[in-house]
Amino acid sequence: MTMIKKLTISAVAALGLMAGGAMAAGDSEQHIEDFDFSFEGPFGTFDQHQLQRGLQVYTEVCSSCHGLQYLYFRNLADEGGPDYTEEQARAYAEQFEVYDDAIDDFRPATPADNFPVNDGVGAPDLTLMAKARAGFHGPAGLGINQIVYGMGGPEYIASLLTGYTGETKTQAGTTLYENTAFPGGWISMAPPLFGDDIEYADGHSNSLHHEAEDVAAFLMWTAEPHMMARQSAGFLGVIFLSVLSVLLYLTNKSLWKPVKDRAKKAAEK
Amino acid sequence: MSGIPHDHYEPKTGIEKWIDSRLPIVGLLYDTLMIPTPKNLNWMWIWGIVLTFCLAMQIVTGIVLVMHYTPHVDLAFASVEHIMRDVNGGHMIRYFHMNGASLFFVAVYAHIFRGLYYGSYKAPREITWIIGMLIYLMMMGTAFMGYVLPWGQMSFHGTAVITGLFGAIPGIGEALQAWLLGAGAVGQPALNRFFSLHYLLPFVIAGLVIVHIWAFHTTGNNNPTGVDPRKSSKAEAEKDTLPFWPYFVIKDLFALAVILTVFMAVVGFMPNYLGHPDNYIPANALVTPAHIVPEWYFLPFYAILRAFTADVWAVQLVSAITGGIVDAKFFGVLAMFGAIAVMALAPWLDTSSVRSGRYRPMFKWYFALLVIDFFVLMWVGARPAEFPYDWISLIASAYWFAYFLVILPLLGVIEKPDATPDTIEDDFNAHYGKSETSAE
Repeated sequence: MTMIKKLTISAVAALGLMAGGAMAAGDSEQHIEDFDFSFEGPFGTFDQHQLQRGLQVYTEVCSSCHGLQYLYFRNLADEGGPDYTEEQARAYAEQFEVYDDAIDDFRPATPADNFPVNDGVGAPDLTLMAKARAGFHGPAGLGINQIVYGMGGPEYIASLLTGYTGETKTQAGTTLYENTAFPGGWISMAPPLFGDDIEYADGHSNSLHHEAEDVAAFLMWTAEPHMMARQSAGFLGVIFLSVLSVLLYLTNKSLWKPVKDRAKKAAEK
Repeated sequence: MSGIPHDHYEPKTGIEKWIDSRLPIVGLLYDTLMIPTPKNLNWMWIWGIVLTFCLAMQIVTGIVLVMHYTPHVDLAFASVEHIMRDVNGGHMIRYFHMNGASLFFVAVYAHIFRGLYYGSYKAPREITWIIGMLIYLMMMGTAFMGYVLPWGQMSFHGTAVITGLFGAIPGIGEALQAWLLGAGAVGQPALNRFFSLHYLLPFVIAGLVIVHIWAFHTTGNNNPTGVDPRKSSKAEAEKDTLPFWPYFVIKDLFALAVILTVFMAVVGFMPNYLGHPDNYIPANALVTPAHIVPEWYFLPFYAILRAFTADVWAVQLVSAITGGIVDAKFFGVLAMFGAIAVMALAPWLDTSSVRSGRYRPMFKWYFALLVIDFFVLMWVGARPAEFPYDWISLIASAYWFAYFLVILPLLGVIEKPDATPDTIEDDFNAHYGKSETSAE
């Protein structure tokens, strides 16, 4: 089966080159820490407790400026998510007020509503942030790091939240904060997390590192809520197709055997 | 259909005869499926079936996606997220479609380079080749317009850059660009027409694919030796060929299954690897992404487009001759389309009497260099346009043109080809006589 080995090697090499194209040149000054998330790799899964903690960080801190406009409250009870019950999702939704066209007034949110849009202070929506940023690049635009470490969206978020140096500067009337993960090094968002500022219900460590990691994992889920379903479908597909490949290989081999035997005999003559 | 003698469909029962005298469709399908195929075809002859599969997959997944997609500047991005989140299986269908485009181009490039190495473009298969090039151009158009539909940042700004190329054409450029976009800038009219054409073109491609297959079923397949099968009698032809069904159908399906295994792993485990993160940000005309990079499959030609800057002497020369009508930007556009045009002209630029690169000792090296050149262009197309990448892309672009315009015509004259086998049977027997390895 040397042919298959060759094909596999060239496929992997080609993928690397192709993705090199997809990646713009990374800013070498950016420092992205490689967090070890539970959902990484083909068999990775979301940690429900971590998603719940991340939701708590989002609710208590991020949501004051950012929105999650593509996420529905009902999604909190979806399979592969933070594993809320429908009642919990309903109770959570009721904390938020949403504007309802039908009654021309605000009312408490229901599971059927989206998380509110929140762009009052110009803060970007966070639903897709973990897919809209890439933490890892290169080397030299070859896309190999992304194969090894992944695209690095959640790593970028966590590194950003932990990447403040404490330096500030004022530019055109705006305060900018130095950040080792942000492209260009200066970000207009004030440090949102400091550690010890959130009391986790499950008693998990609330150091800055853990808070950042939890909310990054949560945002990976909001960006790709069906990730676990996708990975298991991918795994099933790979297994099925591998078996099919083996069967077709054997079919092909026995189909061609008489033809090849005849050729061998003819050549020996 | 093919010029190679073989058995034809004979209607036997009454109902078969009744149908055949009214619509000979069974006979057509039989002849298509049973076409005598050179028995020495190697694994590079499997890409046709992969391409056919890709076209079918893209059409089927695309039709389902259209059921849930909204081509409106304010709603398109959200409708794609609706597909990703709320449509049953929508995330899988969309990732199949998105990565299916990449598989399609992997296969088409392998297919094209197979043709270039084994001289499949040479007489009598010039029309097959030209139709193939038309299919490839339409694929690029379709893929580009499909990339616009999610209306992300890269969709929007990529459209501005690519339609801007047409704006570089002297005199009519601006009017042409406005005509393409349906407005002075990228917006609702552009999204609507790209959506319409993205749905239409795959069916045009399907029609061309039928003509492509018809053409090479008329001439017969090329093969790794480039030697034609014997056609004097059915008995002779059968020494060189085997019927497509079952021998090549099963072989092709095996290869397809292996390729789809890799594809499934990409879709399941790293579906965004080949995409660009910026396209998960909704389009915003006021914010331009730091690096506007096309999809990987456009990069070699994007590199050629960017390679010819105003400080290149060839550009200055052409600019001076044309009195400034052809500036650097227009030169780049001409070079990009020219790079595909010279490939389409290969049947007439290659002067060698030997078809297959296997028996052309000098050609082999230049061809290997062309393959490397293609990957270098792909790599450099995504790098910033600065030293040393500007030089690398210029040299690599120059080689692309030199290969087709200088090397191919000259090699036919100066190269002394190796002896080719007399028959396909000789080649096949020699191969299996000397080794036990699998068919290659």
